[in-house]
Amino acid sequence: MSTWIPESASNLAASVDNITLFVTIVSVFFFVLISAVLVAFSIKYRRKSEDQETAYITHNPVIETIWTIIPTILLMVIFAWGWIAFKELRNPPAEAIEVNVVAKQWLWEFEYFTGKKSLNELFVQQNKPVRLIMRSDDVIHSFFVPQFRVKQDILPGSYQQLWFTPTKVGTFDLLCAEYCGSGHSKMLATVKVLSPEAFARWEKGDELEDGAALAAISVSPAERGKDLYSQRGCLACHSIDGKEVIGPTFKNLYGKTEDLEDGSSVLVDENYLRESIYEPEAKMVKGYPPTMPSFKGILSEEEVTALIEYIKTLK
Amino acid sequence: MANGAMTQTQHIPYLAQKGLKSWILTTDHKRIGILYLVTISFFFMIAGLAALGMRYELMTPELDFFRTPTEYNVAFTLHGSLMVFFFIVPGIAASFGNFLIPLMIGARDVAFPRINLLSFWIYLVGTAILLSALAQPADTGWTFYTPYSIQTGTKVILITLGVFVLGFSSILTGMNFIVTIHKLRAPGMTWSRLPLFIWASYATAILQLLATPVVGITLLLLIAERAFDIGFFDPAKGGDPILFQNFFWFYSHPAVYIMVIPAFGIISEIIPVFARKPIFGYKAIAYSSFAIAIISFFVWLHHMFVSGISETAAAIFSFLTMLVAIPTAVKVFNWTATLYKGSIDFHSSMLYALSFIVLFTVGGLTGVYLGALAVDVHLHDTYFIVAHMHYVMIGGTVMGFFGALHFWYQKWFGKVFNELTAKAAWFLIFVGFNVTFFPQFFMGFQGMPRRYATYPEEYISYHALSTYGSWILGLGIIIMTVNLLIPLWKKGWPESSNPYGSLSLEWQVPSPPPHENFDEIPTVTDWTYAYGKK
Repeated sequence: MSTWIPESASNLAASVDNITLFVTIVSVFFFVLISAVLVAFSIKYRRKSEDQETAYITHNPVIETIWTIIPTILLMVIFAWGWIAFKELRNPPAEAIEVNVVAKQWLWEFEYFTGKKSLNELFVQQNKPVRLIMRSDDVIHSFFVPQFRVKQDILPGSYQQLWFTPTKVGTFDLLCAEYCGSGHSKMLATVKVLSPEAFARWEKGDELEDGAALAAISVSPAERGKDLYSQRGCLACHSIDGKEVIGPTFKNLYGKTEDLEDGSSVLVDENYLRESIYEPEAKMVKGYPPTMPSFKGILSEEEVTALIEYIKTLK
Repeated sequence: MANGAMTQTQHIPYLAQKGLKSWILTTDHKRIGILYLVTISFFFMIAGLAALGMRYELMTPELDFFRTPTEYNVAFTLHGSLMVFFFIVPGIAASFGNFLIPLMIGARDVAFPRINLLSFWIYLVGTAILLSALAQPADTGWTFYTPYSIQTGTKVILITLGVFVLGFSSILTGMNFIVTIHKLRAPGMTWSRLPLFIWASYATAILQLLATPVVGITLLLLIAERAFDIGFFDPAKGGDPILFQNFFWFYSHPAVYIMVIPAFGIISEIIPVFARKPIFGYKAIAYSSFAIAIISFFVWLHHMFVSGISETAAAIFSFLTMLVAIPTAVKVFNWTATLYKGSIDFHSSMLYALSFIVLFTVGGLTGVYLGALAVDVHLHDTYFIVAHMHYVMIGGTVMGFFGALHFWYQKWFGKVFNELTAKAAWFLIFVGFNVTFFPQFFMGFQGMPRRYATYPEEYISYHALSTYGSWILGLGIIIMTVNLLIPLWKKGWPESSNPYGSLSLEWQVPSPPPHENFDEIPTVTDWTYAYGKK
């Protein structure tokens, strides 16, 4: 299975995979049947001479009834089975831990009931059901983790929920599945499934126990900034190779003089970069849309410093 | 089967008259059919180029062909909206529908020839609006989902206005065909003797008439929302984004059948001729077109299983979706059974018809995955959908369309193409299509979302294979097109008016037919499929 269906890492995956397998068996059977009959007839009854005998057969009630009833039965089985599994997907258990999710162009914010927040990284505990309460700040997005077999559109103006119990420790891709504009294909995040012990440490805020944070103390700020650039979603809008995506490119940005919307200009230095991360609309560079969210409360001062150091290296 | 047949020499072909005026003011259904054929083929080529561009971009995970993600997004919006609204919806119905319906039922023209011309002119106005939108095209995807389509900075109004205007053309054509089929059948052409293409065209026309107004209203509301900030669909203004999806799919699901039912009709005409067999289960095929048309109005919510609809609604619509698969399966069995004890000639059009059966079966079966609720949750908005949809649209409709082009080519244009080249082109198209789209099913299982300008490394081998396939497919279509264009410059008309021995009325008149088709309206004495009747 693993070659065509992704690894299964949630409690819901097995039943979805079983139906998928059943539908696949039925489909392959009918496909092979139709193709084989078609090819066999094509060979056997190919025109060998112009006056070749043909049979005058117009219909056959028995065979037509049979081939109507058999697919009907199979389809009803598939319908019922799909529905039963769907009920499970839609109804979270009462003890599920709640996480608030905000999707916006083009990043994911997670808020846990302890008050902790994270950006583009969802932390969950192995074998503990999680219920996500999701809203969008702008357009429709969709929460999709292939290994969990779950997907739910996230709408502005209402809450949508989704639940799962992660069964395997590891890191899984979270993809936005509903087209949401130019940063859509970069609206990627990860789900980090931690063992109960690791999760407890993470909850206590003992960041140093976290692998990434541990690594951070042994690497330079610029290298830490490089990780943040992809983890915190900067890459959706700012390129590092000079390409214009949505916002200004980071290449050669530091030390440059930018023209602003109000006609003035500004030298891009540490303070301007810090201000633009925390208050993006304070000094808007001319010709760019005001779509960047504020990262206040999401990126710490330390992380901003690391990002600035990274931007400085992009020459 | 009928008297009143003319010989190949004693007539003036409808193509004889020359000059621009003879075309733009024509009320001859055969000429109007050609006008549609030329226009839809033009849009097919443009939309096809957009697709080749997208596939070229997707050969590698990062952006390298297009300069910005928005350019890629514009490319798939153009590809989808041109293919759907400007090629495949008017496609077979307007071009072959116009050419074939009066000829097949033994009429001189459609019921309202001038309204027919008006339909074409409205279609042209729609395309003109669309072409003017190409300077700054939208990036919403062909589905125009709100609130993105309200908030995006690209130009959405012009392209939707173009589609809105097109709708009127579709409605008028549908109305015209319904009246024609009711009122202008030749004496003896009873409902149970009608060619199946006519049954299919009738079912399509009903869908056009009833469903198209809904998309018209929807797009008008969207235009009003963008222009005047009204708040039908934007929750920030008290609207509901799901309302738009309900409206949109209420049209766009029946529209899928507007696209594919005419192809069912074409396949039902081609196979009996080249197998020299009566179509198997005539009534089942005729009625199943109607069953599909009616049920197709009540399945639209299956596009929205993860959009935030109730569990009950999802269950009802999953059930109805399974129902629509039944008549579809029955048709596939009928076409296959028609070959039994036949005398099969593998003319290029027959090759397209046979590949239709195989590819449409894949398209139909993969639709069952998507109808099953829990499985759809995983596959929705992934490349599985892209593959499924293209197996239905290309494997189904376009194969039917290409088959029809090769089958009625002599009749319509009075010329003969090179059969060997046609077969070679078919082979490239068949192989190229499968190499392009089959890997996408696996990509979808793996979770690759659609509409991604860039993608994670792990999907690269599927994407690269798919891109190579698109080149083979493109090459096949170019060879096919050139092969069909070259004979048009040759002089003279073909020797035989009925080279394949068809019993259908359109083959009993000269190739190309004279203006007004029949000297005398024929009297029909048997059904169209009496091949091998003793």
